[in-house]
Amino acid sequence: MSEHQPPAIELRGVSKIYPGSPPVKALDDVSVQIGRGQIVAVVGQSGSGKSTMLNVMGTLDQPTSGSVLIEDTDTSLLTDNQLSAIRGRRVGFVFQRFFLLSGIAVIDNVANGLLYTGATRPHRRKAAEAVLERVGLGARRWHKPDELSGGEMQRVAIARALVGEPAFVLADEPTGNLDSASSNSIIELLFSLHDEGRTIVVITHNEAIAAAMPRQLQILDGRLVRDTGTVPQ
Amino acid sequence: MNLAPSRLRPSETARAGLGSLAARRLRSALSALGIAIGIASLVAVLGLSDSSKSALLDQIGALGTNLLTIEAGSGFGAGDAALPETSVATVSRVPTVEATSAVYAVDAGVYRNDLVPEDLTGGISVYGTDPGLLGALNGEIALGSFLTEATRDHPVAVVGAIAAERLGVRNLDQPVRLYIGDRWVEVAGVLEPFALAANLDRAVLIGDRAAERYYDTELAPATVYVRVHEDHIDATRDVLAATVDPENPEEAEISRPSDLLEARSAAESSFTSLFLGLGAVALLVGGIGVANVMVIGVIERRGEIGLRRAIGATRAHIRRQFFTEALTLATLGGTAGVLLGVAVTYGYSLAQGWRVIMPPVAVIGGFAAAVAIGVIAGVYPAIRASRVSPTEALRSAS
Repeated sequence: MSEHQPPAIELRGVSKIYPGSPPVKALDDVSVQIGRGQIVAVVGQSGSGKSTMLNVMGTLDQPTSGSVLIEDTDTSLLTDNQLSAIRGRRVGFVFQRFFLLSGIAVIDNVANGLLYTGATRPHRRKAAEAVLERVGLGARRWHKPDELSGGEMQRVAIARALVGEPAFVLADEPTGNLDSASSNSIIELLFSLHDEGRTIVVITHNEAIAAAMPRQLQILDGRLVRDTGTVPQ
Repeated sequence: MNLAPSRLRPSETARAGLGSLAARRLRSALSALGIAIGIASLVAVLGLSDSSKSALLDQIGALGTNLLTIEAGSGFGAGDAALPETSVATVSRVPTVEATSAVYAVDAGVYRNDLVPEDLTGGISVYGTDPGLLGALNGEIALGSFLTEATRDHPVAVVGAIAAERLGVRNLDQPVRLYIGDRWVEVAGVLEPFALAANLDRAVLIGDRAAERYYDTELAPATVYVRVHEDHIDATRDVLAATVDPENPEEAEISRPSDLLEARSAAESSFTSLFLGLGAVALLVGGIGVANVMVIGVIERRGEIGLRRAIGATRAHIRRQFFTEALTLATLGGTAGVLLGVAVTYGYSLAQGWRVIMPPVAVIGGFAAAVAIGVIAGVYPAIRASRVSPTEALRSAS
């Protein structure tokens, strides 16, 4: 990776405090860079602030202090609508609970990844078809989500995250609801996407999965306590 | 970084709204039903009241509002007052009077034959009258014919509609005779009901000259019927009492039978307002139903809201989506309600033999009311949905 290319994501002294008594400090002065093309595991106990960090990286949540830069754009200067645009075009989210819309076919769930870009339906479906082929579910594209296994549903969710060609994919415990066979196939899929040059940040509880990642970030009580590789690959 | 803003095609807003309604068909249908019932009752009430009023007005128009009746008032002195015997002659000399007729009470009972005991009169009275009565009252003959100048002198009767039923006079294919007083009388005809002189429906009419000849008949008319020139009804009414009985004008009671029908029409209008009020309450309940379903939807669909925000939806997109849903529900309910209301109006009006009047204000207003309810019911849930924090929504969604 050349020196002048900005990182996909950069956190600069990010803190996130949830009001209350006492206030909860979910992130405490976290600074980290995720370079383009990296695959990074975020590990830590429940309540350590992993999900908050992921949400802040994806602009679903705004830090109390510090700034989040996405491809060198300081998101703290953007309006709510501009943040929506960044999420719609530059960020791909994958959640533990998939969040597929049950009433519509797999292909339209994936095509929904482009819904808020204003692309036409034929265009969105065409893109969705290509991504579904990529994650190995081309044959299932007209099925409804509830006709799929958990592993297949997560593949659909990953396809939805990828369909807009985002700058990076944020996956929050993508294997948390899956059996080990499905988990392995999802992790394999993430690695193969990484091999294609995609930037991926994965939260995981699973130590074996984390250990397989070239770079791990460990969060404890909202602080980044360990980073196995600050140098971009 | 220069990013195009998030954008959702209008067709997609509609698709999202319709899609989630389709995914919850039963609930959507039930909440739309509330609105449909409210709108249907409003439309039907307006349609039926106009149709029935038009039927009534048609009836009034056909009968004419220019009929006045003169009867003896209760009087101030002792005993019953009576109209002067010359009433018909004096009234017909008033220039604005177009036609005059009268009925004279005959003291006799009517029986099917001479074997019926005398006291079983069946509540049927006997009147003597002239052949002009039918025209003066705009009456219709159901069977046979009315009295004529030829039958006026003879024991021939015409039977009122209710009296005919009670006496069992159903057809005149065979000659029918009634036993009136102590004499057989030939039935010449049967009348249709009189709208403006219902008491004659329970009567048997014979010629006035025959009445005088064969029976004990009052020489003073029981009721004088007067057709007045349309333009001078009130003025004529004012002078009639004094014309009939210049000495005791207060003893002649003048009335206008069509006033009764108009009073009925007014009474129906007040019922209309009552039913409109009830319809409005139904509509309000329907609107609350939609709002309720939408609020529950917002709570249930936090996950979907969070996901949509994660894939690029702005608050405005979420707001529009939920608003579209509420509006669609209300519009569907409103359309169904208008159709139902129109169908009820047509069905009931046709069953009643009324001319169907579907006031455009009912159809357009009903639909507009449904849309307005949808707007009101949709605003709060939509705003609430747009304010859901995406991270909260994704964390707490079930």
